[in-house]
Amino acid sequence: MNHNVPDLHGKFGQYGGRYVPETLMPAFEELDDAYAEFRNDAAFRAEYEHLLKTYVGRPSPLTHARRLSEHLGGAQIYLKREDLLHTGAHKINNALGQALLAKRMGKTRIIAETGAGQHGVATATACALLGLDCIVYMGTVDMARQQPNVFRMQLLGAEVRGVESGTKTLKDAVNEAMRDWLTNVGHTYYIIGSALGPHPYPLMCRDFQRIIGIEAREQMLAQVGRLPDEIIACVGGGSNAIGIFHPFLDDEQIRLTGVEAGGDSVASGRHAARFMLDAGSDAPVHTTANAGTDGRVGVFQGMRTVVLQNEDGQIAETHSISAGLDYAGIGPEHAWLHDAGRVRYTSATDKAALAAFHALARYEGILPALESSHAVAEAIRLAPTLDKSDALLINLSGRGDKDLNTIMQNNDADEAARA
Amino acid sequence: MSLASIAATFARARAEGRPALMPYWSLGFPDADTSVRVIEALARAGADMVELGVPFSDPLADGPVIQRANQIALDRGITVEKCLDLTRRIRAAGVTMPLMAMGYLNPIMAYGEERYVAAWHDAGADGLIVPDLPPEESDVLAQACAAHDMALIQFTAPTSTDRRIRQAVERATGFIYAVSVAGTTGARGALPLDLAAYIGRVKARAGNTPVAVGFGISTAEHVHQVGEIADGAIVGAALIRAAGDAADPAQAAFEFVKGLRGERGIGDRNGEENRK
Repeated sequence: MNHNVPDLHGKFGQYGGRYVPETLMPAFEELDDAYAEFRNDAAFRAEYEHLLKTYVGRPSPLTHARRLSEHLGGAQIYLKREDLLHTGAHKINNALGQALLAKRMGKTRIIAETGAGQHGVATATACALLGLDCIVYMGTVDMARQQPNVFRMQLLGAEVRGVESGTKTLKDAVNEAMRDWLTNVGHTYYIIGSALGPHPYPLMCRDFQRIIGIEAREQMLAQVGRLPDEIIACVGGGSNAIGIFHPFLDDEQIRLTGVEAGGDSVASGRHAARFMLDAGSDAPVHTTANAGTDGRVGVFQGMRTVVLQNEDGQIAETHSISAGLDYAGIGPEHAWLHDAGRVRYTSATDKAALAAFHALARYEGILPALESSHAVAEAIRLAPTLDKSDALLINLSGRGDKDLNTIMQNNDADEAARA
Repeated sequence: MSLASIAATFARARAEGRPALMPYWSLGFPDADTSVRVIEALARAGADMVELGVPFSDPLADGPVIQRANQIALDRGITVEKCLDLTRRIRAAGVTMPLMAMGYLNPIMAYGEERYVAAWHDAGADGLIVPDLPPEESDVLAQACAAHDMALIQFTAPTSTDRRIRQAVERATGFIYAVSVAGTTGARGALPLDLAAYIGRVKARAGNTPVAVGFGISTAEHVHQVGEIADGAIVGAALIRAAGDAADPAQAAFEFVKGLRGERGIGDRNGEENRK
């Protein structure tokens, strides 16, 4: 397959592109030029790579999940440990890269949106490191479920602005950040936190996240002596997934699996699975409970992609236990990889993700982020069906410290239900 | 309903030595029936054209006032199909001025781009305004609009380079929507100090295409100032703020637009003409 995407207009086939008000179009032309220059600038790359090594803590390790694999009795599970990076998730790879770019462009004020808070924390961190002003937009629903990260951002010197519009979650934070950028376009740089939004953001984010897959390839060969049979990653906007998938796209024998947020289940209508697939289902699930809402091609937050929406083109309200996956649109390259059949997409429910969280905690001593727990859940489902000689590689994109409140509340709810 | 009626509207305003006045109102806000009465009142008050907002859940170019109006209309069940019905009712009530359907791209794609244009044409609209559609991506809608003799409005912004202004002019039909400030829709105390220089850059390249200024216009004085440098003035958030929560939104909208025209009387010639 042809991986020479995006084209000059930021198109991945029919997806991607740039759909923003005219006020921002000149800023995007400036960004195009600056990124094209620095993408191949040796000094810029050297500075970025130096910081990845000495500040972020790269390379992140590859861990063989020996006890979990043994317990499941099938494939061997390997974890790419992005949870061990500074700030606790892969988001720092992109935030730091873009903050460096912003500084080179002479921008002094950084804005960002955040869902789970990991991108906000990563951006606040990069801004503290580089001496840039930082404002983070966050839906007030997300602020409530990710309180520790709100405090973290404030400690790092960022101003966190609560967003009360719409569903008060990630998509509304993106809208509000865009509105800020419209107003302050001259000196402000907007660091989008995932492989989504208008061109060139999906490309930039992929470039800064590819290090995950590049390292994982080397580590699999060095530690295991072979490449994995399948790579599994969770997909909200899709930055950790594209980061680990992209360097393996040409290895056609390696199965690539993206796991969306199944919420209560796609069938229930309360989910964020843009491709409408429940775990193990081969075809989109349509029921009376989810009637009307579907993942259709549309234009959302500056990109053409697959968007969960109702029949009238209004963006659907999504549901997930994990704030980082609770988003109606998917990064355009994922929509393209889906149509090309190169990546298999599926979903994991809140319940399956929680069970996976507990399994990884008990068997491996690792508390994964609830986002990453969705990828673990798919591995737990698949591993017993596979041979002991098979290798599953999971991108463990973040750590679960930020989710302890949610987990505790869930334990309370479970106990109440049992009582 | 046609490009010619838009052109005639600007020509008439120019002949009267004033800018064409184009208020914005969200269809379905605060409810379907009231929004129809408001548009009729705008015509009676002497509006030259109206921008009909087609509500969208994620209006990223709009400030809080229009966002809220959109959301209220959506909560009360407004859809594209109902917006079309309301527009037919507005025409049936005798409103003859040009009507521009202002809505974001996603609902247009969900409806089907060509089908959308044909439906708005049949409902009586004269053009489309799509704030998240840059000229680079506008070919499909532009062709569909051309086939129905409808305008697809192009934008300029204070940040636009001369090259981008030329690009907007080359594709312009109806008029050019010159966004007055970097930012979202919403009333502001004063117009930007450098507005005349920026509008001058646009006018110098626009040829015969009228230039209408929008975003942040809220008073008769603003409208007058815009009239000195451009061909039209668009007023959205200020009108919704003034009339949206009033006991009688149609009456409040009527009075507000009268005020924008610097008039207090009722039933002046122009207003009667627009409503015949």
